[in-house]
Amino acid sequence: MIIGLDVGGTHTDVVLLDDNGLEKEIKVLTDPSNLFNSVLTGLNEITSGIDPKNISRIVLSTTLSTNAIVQKKIPAVGMIVSSGPGIDPDFYRTNAYYFPVSGSIDHRGREIEPIDHDEINHIAEHLQKEGIRYVGVVGKFSIRNPAHELQIQAILNGSFEKIFMGHRISGSLNFSRRIATTFLNAAVYPIHKEFYEAVQRSLEAKGLVLPIRLLKADGGNMRFESSIEFPAQTILSGPSASVMGAVAFGTEDEDTLVMDIGGTTTDMALLINRAPVLNPLGIGLGGYKTLIRSLETLSIGLGGDSAVKLIEGKLEVGPERLGPAMAYGGQVPTPTDALFITGDIKDGDKDKSKNGLKPLAKIHGISVEALAHQIIDITCQNILTAAQNLIDRINSKPVYTVHELQEGYLVRPKNILVLGGPAPYFARHLEKLCAYSIRVVPNWQVANAIGAALARTTCEVIFFADTERRVAEAPEENFSQQIDSNYDRTGAQQHAFELLRDKAIQRGANPDFLEMEVVEALQFNMVRGFNTTGKNIRVKVQVKPGLIHEYDHVIAKLSQ
Amino acid sequence: MLKAKHQTGLVFFPAFDWAISPTHPEREERLLYTQDQVFEEGLFDIEGISEFKPDPVTLKDIQRVHFCVPDVWHVTTESHFISAGGAKTIGMAVLDRQIKRGFALVRPPGHHAMRVVHGARGFCNINIEAIMIEYLREAYGIEKVAIVDTDCHHGDGTQDIYWHDPETLFISIHQDGRTLYPGSGFPNELGGPNAVGKTLNIPLPPNTSEEGFLYTAEHVIMPILEDFKPDIIINSAGQDNHYTDPITNMNFSAQGYANLTSILNPDIAVLEGGYSIEGALPYVNLGIVLALAGIDYTNVKEPNYDPDRIRQAPAVTDMIEKIGETVLTIWQQKEYIRNQIMEKADPGNRNRNIFYDTDGIQESQHEQIQICSDCAGALRIDSTSSRGVHILAVHIPRKACDACKQTGYTWYESADPDDFDIIFIQDRTEDHYLERKGK
Ligand SMILES: [Zn+2]
Ligand SMILES: [Zn+2]
Repeated sequence: MIIGLDVGGTHTDVVLLDDNGLEKEIKVLTDPSNLFNSVLTGLNEITSGIDPKNISRIVLSTTLSTNAIVQKKIPAVGMIVSSGPGIDPDFYRTNAYYFPVSGSIDHRGREIEPIDHDEINHIAEHLQKEGIRYVGVVGKFSIRNPAHELQIQAILNGSFEKIFMGHRISGSLNFSRRIATTFLNAAVYPIHKEFYEAVQRSLEAKGLVLPIRLLKADGGNMRFESSIEFPAQTILSGPSASVMGAVAFGTEDEDTLVMDIGGTTTDMALLINRAPVLNPLGIGLGGYKTLIRSLETLSIGLGGDSAVKLIEGKLEVGPERLGPAMAYGGQVPTPTDALFITGDIKDGDKDKSKNGLKPLAKIHGISVEALAHQIIDITCQNILTAAQNLIDRINSKPVYTVHELQEGYLVRPKNILVLGGPAPYFARHLEKLCAYSIRVVPNWQVANAIGAALARTTCEVIFFADTERRVAEAPEENFSQQIDSNYDRTGAQQHAFELLRDKAIQRGANPDFLEMEVVEALQFNMVRGFNTTGKNIRVKVQVKPGLIHEYDHVIAKLSQ
Repeated sequence: MLKAKHQTGLVFFPAFDWAISPTHPEREERLLYTQDQVFEEGLFDIEGISEFKPDPVTLKDIQRVHFCVPDVWHVTTESHFISAGGAKTIGMAVLDRQIKRGFALVRPPGHHAMRVVHGARGFCNINIEAIMIEYLREAYGIEKVAIVDTDCHHGDGTQDIYWHDPETLFISIHQDGRTLYPGSGFPNELGGPNAVGKTLNIPLPPNTSEEGFLYTAEHVIMPILEDFKPDIIINSAGQDNHYTDPITNMNFSAQGYANLTSILNPDIAVLEGGYSIEGALPYVNLGIVLALAGIDYTNVKEPNYDPDRIRQAPAVTDMIEKIGETVLTIWQQKEYIRNQIMEKADPGNRNRNIFYDTDGIQESQHEQIQICSDCAGALRIDSTSSRGVHILAVHIPRKACDACKQTGYTWYESADPDDFDIIFIQDRTEDHYLERKGK
């Protein structure tokens, strides 16, 4: 039996899946001021009457780190940043205790200027005096040579509770994002550690002794123990839970749009042959652009509870939500009220909706029914426009080879999968306005929790080899090896796969069902003067995001 | 928070799967380290800097500018369509006001490609700036264009295409042709009889460094640009003046290029040459982008940058000041010079031999321009290549007067197919391109 739990803004959804499919589903109200309580209540309710020995997997998706960052409820962190020439690192300042220091590494990983030990010692003393316990250390091009980050860490070691190094956070190039991502990891570390250790203890007290797993923004999970080194990877896991909940129902060999229509927002993503499209760089949150792998999503401030207003004679829906629908006692008309009037929704007070829409209909000079249709049309039209924007954004992604530009895959979805609270009511209206075929995800109200439960363990490895310098490196994996001049892309790919396999298993993947793929594999001849002096090889491999294989029969049951 | 003062767009197309040959300077690796630097510096994350995906140019875009022999497919690869398309994409974004300035960081380059193309010269097959400019003229109706070519090599291809066009000011600043390929680009090359002074060449002595380039930009190029008042300024931004470039002898730097960009203030920059792929390009490109965007670039430096070590000798400074004076004089006295040219016998005819070093082709050309005070004049080019192809190419300029247009069609129609393998006509008044096969 497996448990999936997804903390949302209003509800926390929990599901229990077994060989028969969806065994049990629960919704508890989310208490934003006490997430721990919400999570525990959910887990208690779902496991009541269940023998703990039968539970083999628990996956959680929470808003803990997201909220901490957005609400700036994070401890003071020290950042030591070694830049060298280029854009002034002061532009990338993340926080008050931010110290640009000397030292420089170039794009090939060669040391241009050493670090200054006295300078680091000085900063360390200062940070200690200020009572800072968590430090981030980031160097430009540290993923080509982490020596400076390691040297700085060695100086700091022992004086702080936890030190995060940029090269261990991501293997991608992007200094400013490396700084922001390292900062966020250091900043959410204590909150994250304390929270999930407490969850784990509570579960153990109930006899549930198994490693809990946390959902990430890329639609995969990792074990809690692994997340201690990368706690920020758990931010914004909510939208990925929904997308993963739809994955199983995507059309094979086709592109499918996924829309999670909620009360306040609609989140969209895209599936290609049942695999979600990933964002090439990383997620943005609270003004920070990061290197945290995530799904490519688009979110608009439009949902069932969006406020309907008349602005200069023009009907507008959203982006703000001013309480629930009038049918449920709210003060402002919403698309949900319109759906009451059209008869799509039935379980509330239709008269309240009607009375609510009347003044607007009067100003507009049309019947309440006609207004209701207009509101729904505008809502659907805006959702479809946003969907087109997402498609355009994915298709206009720059590519760097002639081959990709000519043969590159362009997404052309024909299907939309909708889920979330008001999804089934909108489905019929959306279909009228577009050429897509629209389907509602089975168990649409808890599909997000199902997605969390069934998501795979995902990770990637970025691998770099330079036969002129005779090194093969994946600093993020703490891997560095001498190579000879015959080393090539095939060897690099093999090495990268080995590293990926170990990493995935360590983070919780099932070794029997590892679906690994090459994302990028480039090899360049390095020519100096008229001679070929070596090969420059860049390889990126990943565990393909998707659902766990060993539960195929469960997934089959869900669609029945 | 880092923010661009001017909305700046970039097409970055390094063509990682295209090379002239495995060890050629124009190979896959050329922009690899530039990509590393651009990505690591997070340029595309800066607010106000955006990246565009290039849309390849069409056959028509190329035929609007070139006569390709025997046809476009034989002298181009897909990579050329994309690289020219990168420039076009940026040009459109600027004229659509999506961005204020743009930089096409693309390869392969194009400034050695002339109007007639039998093959590749100086690593260039088609002229990516000219294809962009003529498209923009057609689609957006811009008229006066200034091209400032700051590549270390003379932009002889662009010069050839605009030789007779009084509405295009072409200024090339380059290492003295007596010391570097293609061996041309002297001040006395100043445009055809209908466009005297609209081609200006500023050859600089070897070892010119920052002060020489910036002096020329400020004291020679800028006053001329201010006088010409173009609708748009294009910079052919070759980066082979760098002190580490392996195939040239200049002493320019990343700081210098960034400053030069600030002074020229181009609407559109297009990458041309530059073959110091590790020591120069990553830093020069970064400097150019920051300068275009109006972001502080004072900390952009090569690892081994030492301004004292590359400073130019006083004798070099003297030569640069002299050449600057000469060019300014040409600009000021272009009417007078035109009159002198017109007194020569046969000012409308010229014979030339053109060498295609990359493809090893020799071309011999006889060119005839209709001398006209109402338009740029109909142009007739009789060209034979060492591959044994003989063609006739007729160009009718954009704003051709009726008489010149008539002349152009008469040349085209009366040409004897027995004499030529192909007979072409480019009628820019109708944006038409026609050809007849000979026998
Ligand atoms: Zn050049
Ligand atoms: Zn005329």
